[in-house]
Amino acid sequence: MENILDTYCATNIEDVTVWFKAASVADFPVDGGACVKYKNKQIAVFNFSRLGKWYACQNLCPHKMEMVLSRGMIGDDKGVPKVACPLHKKTFSLENGENLNGDLEAIATYPVKIDAGSVYIGFTE
Amino acid sequence: MQQVIVVGNGMVGYKFCEKFVAQAESKDFKITVFGEEPRPAYDRVHLSEFFENQDAKALEMAPAEWYAEHNVDLITGERVADINRSSKTITTAKDREFSYDYLVLATGSSPFVPPIKGVEKEGVFVYRTIEDLEDMLAYAAKINAEKPDGRAAILGGGLLGLEAGKAVLDMGLEPHVVEFASKLMPRQLDSRSSQVLQLKLESIGLNIHLSKATNQILGDGKITAMEFGEDDVLDVDMLIVSAGIRPRDELARACGLDVGVRGGVVVDNTMKTSDAHIYAIGEIALYNQMIYGLVAPGYDMADVAVQQIIGNTDKIMPADIDMSTKLKLIGVDVASFGEPFMPASKGHSIIFENKTQHLYKRINVSHDGKKLLGGILVGDAADYSMLHQVYLNGMAIPEDPAQLILPTSEGGALLGDVMDLPDEAQICSCESVTKGQICGVIESGEATDLGSVVSCTKAGTGCGGCKPMVADLTNATLKSLGIEVKDSVCEHFDYNRQDLYKIIEVKGYTTFNEVLDNHGNGGHGCELCKPLIASLMATIHADTANKEYAIQDSNDRFLANIQRNGTYSVVPRVPGGEITPDKLIALGQIAKKYDLYTKVTGGVRIDLFGATLNQLPLIWKELISHGFESGHAYGKSLRTVKTCVGSTWCRYGMDESVSFGIELENRYRGIRAPHKIKGGVSGCIRECAEARGKDFGLIAVEGGWNLYVGGNGGANPRHAELFAEQIDNATVIKYLDRYLMFYMRTAKPLQRTAAWQERLEGGLDYLKEVIINDKLGIADDLEKEMQTLVNKFECEWTQAVNDPEMMKRFNHFVNSEDEDDNLVFVPMRDQKMPEPWA
Ligand SMILES: Cc1cc2nc3c(=O)[nH]c(=O)nc-3n(C[C@H](O)[C@H](O)[C@H](O)COP(=O)(O)OP(=O)(O)OC[C@H]3O[C@@H](n4cnc5c(N)ncnc54)[C@H](O)[C@@H]3O)c2cc1C
Ligand code: SF4
Ligand code: SF4
Ligand code: FES
Repeated sequence: MENILDTYCATNIEDVTVWFKAASVADFPVDGGACVKYKNKQIAVFNFSRLGKWYACQNLCPHKMEMVLSRGMIGDDKGVPKVACPLHKKTFSLENGENLNGDLEAIATYPVKIDAGSVYIGFTE
Repeated sequence: MQQVIVVGNGMVGYKFCEKFVAQAESKDFKITVFGEEPRPAYDRVHLSEFFENQDAKALEMAPAEWYAEHNVDLITGERVADINRSSKTITTAKDREFSYDYLVLATGSSPFVPPIKGVEKEGVFVYRTIEDLEDMLAYAAKINAEKPDGRAAILGGGLLGLEAGKAVLDMGLEPHVVEFASKLMPRQLDSRSSQVLQLKLESIGLNIHLSKATNQILGDGKITAMEFGEDDVLDVDMLIVSAGIRPRDELARACGLDVGVRGGVVVDNTMKTSDAHIYAIGEIALYNQMIYGLVAPGYDMADVAVQQIIGNTDKIMPADIDMSTKLKLIGVDVASFGEPFMPASKGHSIIFENKTQHLYKRINVSHDGKKLLGGILVGDAADYSMLHQVYLNGMAIPEDPAQLILPTSEGGALLGDVMDLPDEAQICSCESVTKGQICGVIESGEATDLGSVVSCTKAGTGCGGCKPMVADLTNATLKSLGIEVKDSVCEHFDYNRQDLYKIIEVKGYTTFNEVLDNHGNGGHGCELCKPLIASLMATIHADTANKEYAIQDSNDRFLANIQRNGTYSVVPRVPGGEITPDKLIALGQIAKKYDLYTKVTGGVRIDLFGATLNQLPLIWKELISHGFESGHAYGKSLRTVKTCVGSTWCRYGMDESVSFGIELENRYRGIRAPHKIKGGVSGCIRECAEARGKDFGLIAVEGGWNLYVGGNGGANPRHAELFAEQIDNATVIKYLDRYLMFYMRTAKPLQRTAAWQERLEGGLDYLKEVIINDKLGIADDLEKEMQTLVNKFECEWTQAVNDPEMMKRFNHFVNSEDEDDNLVFVPMRDQKMPEPWA
């Protein structure tokens, strides 16, 4: 089961080789998230409209390995944008994936760009 | 550089390292710790929490990096096999050799397994390590998969055995506690308190067998039964042995250190063994001819050993060691302190007993009536911390000592204020933190709230028993400094729930962002304030959870209860529990069509589990077409009004409990409150609907209904209190409208009615003044507000399935119709369940 984690690696914008067109901006809730399927990956994408920013991370919560993070609530922890897992409210930084209220492994984050009303997620493969 | 080797990385071995590196002198020493277990030291005292979340990391005393950062070499998974005292070296099981200047034995103890015939059979476990628990969980899951009514016995009815009993209950097996002595917790309780405890434990589902000597364990390869006498056999599928501990003194014996007759390494008050270079601390150490099976004395021993090694030889172990204990079982209060049993020659005992309420309190007082010597509390240990302090500090007690344990209504006195304790009073015995230290860090400005007090002083991080007192002290000290004790909802607002209620009501805000932008601290909200404000909007504007769904809590967001694999459960409303055969058939057919695990809930409704996000609206469309509506099982809102059949069918019924229950459930359905609300209506005092276990309960009596308020089940069960007698249906509704609305206006977030009502200044009498006599002049408003909510009710699911925009929410992916491919179900008793968590 653990090896499913290996599917997700934090990706820096410099390393992006594929910009995947996921859906249109209007498909995502304001200040909320939804899940995008890319190949065998599930990616949680958040429209943090209070900050005017978009974030993407693995949908898999490393606590119990469930595909749920996109259904979590977003907010900030002393200014760090975060998502709270809907199952046990573990929180993760949307900037670098760090677990803010525990010592779980960091989650993988991905770059997002918006172009002509569409949401793109950056991958290395 | 001197070498210190610690053998054993358990709670005490770890504490030794922690205390050692905190000393300036520690830079002249190098510490190496060996642990036989595969992981760094963890909190064994809270081992049972592993059953809840199977999160081993959460129990760690410190992560592996901590040791590296503090220049401690931690070697886990390697047992020390031999000590050579003449060369001052040790050899490990991997045949590696290390030399020491000081050796510290912290090898703890292992469970004692009595030599009963058959005890080696499969299915017999001990309760000491994380691995033990993992093995038990796996075995229990196997039993549960094979049969619905598996049973497990616990051998030993002591502190640990009872904790194991609760764990068995949580694993879904029927627990049987088997004790050799004629009472439970023989070391802490007298016979009468044991009887009261037995009643209480039986009421939560533990079966108790006393005075039973186990002759042998039966079964072919694996356990199937325990035999006590010839015809006295108990069928069980699993056994947990909890019959005491044996110090792990094998290393010490082999190298010729002095050991006790019944085991344990003999130490003096400096923690030195018979070899001056070797110390022993924790459950291995035999001090005063005693093994103290508690963590607090172990921590003190660690402290003494540290001080002795760095040369502070004045530090010694006190001769008297406090053995007071409080059982951590959820829902059962048991505590004993000082001398629980006392010979009449030393003083006299005062006993208060109420078997129907499972209450027993005993205090032992000196002959002159001036000093508290010890006591036992069963059923209500709320006063434990204070009594324990009075005992420890030899504080003055009332002239009539009975006041210490009598209920206040019968002449009992309220115990003194925490601030009256002397500064030296030890509040946290695990970490040896005094009242002076706690108040000190606040007064010096080092700590500003409970969280920082805990991190500065470490108080409350051991067994956790002192936490309530630490919190009281923190609040009282802050108050005495004129610092306002804030109960703000989270870092994003400086207001509490009641303030925000007023702000939203007065300013007429309708969105989260308006509230945050105008009254927040400049942040962006979080999982605490968002659902709270969602709930307030629902109470103030009768909004449903569809309105601003991104601020709703996990369940409300998708109008269903999220289950542990991310699928959902579906609970349609069945008011009062009354359902036609046709509707029941419809439920069955829908459950079958979508392959949903089906179970009757505790609130007598039918719960369908395992629906994926994509299936939710499809299922609800069908339910709605058969006349069902949302049951709000996912919301902090009215769940059910449970009813008995009452005078419609029952030969004892005094009134139509079902009709009234349905009316009430339909009246309050959908309202959002600080926490969930449940109701109950019984047709007579036989109380078949368990109405007194609910937030509001009605019992039909001669001349009307008796109304009870503020009860609940859950982790801290409470009976509802009698609020009004012999009132008619219209008065019930009037009072309930006011009561519920008042609760919704003033309670804290996630506070149930019981806790709210208990903390209202003036208590139940005040509440009656407000609700019945309208002391605040708000009764009209409360009723009007409630009537608005009732009038504006709309079924959220009907709303959702009729709106294509809202329906978009119920897709696992935004860019695909596929379902979550990570879901795995396994069969279980003709239905299915999610694969167990790894
Ligand atoms: C379920 C449970 C609940 C409890 N509840 C409470 C409570 O509420 N309050 C309370 O005060 N106490 C409680 N206790 C008791 C408390 O946990 C112990 O008193 C405490 O853990 C003792 O610490 P220790 O370090 O001496 O021993 P341990 O924690 O047992 O640590 C000893 C360690 O040394 C290792 N070891 C042994 N021999 C070797 C060797 N030769 N080489 C290398 N490593 C070795 C062992 O594997 C072990 O990891 C509870 C215990 C259990 C099991
Ligand atoms: S509570 Fe009374 S009326 Fe209701 S079922 Fe029981 S006995 Fe009958
Ligand atoms: S349903 Fe309730 S009692 Fe049962 S495991 Fe979940 S939270 Fe605990
Ligand atoms: S599964 Fe995410 S917090 Fe537990």
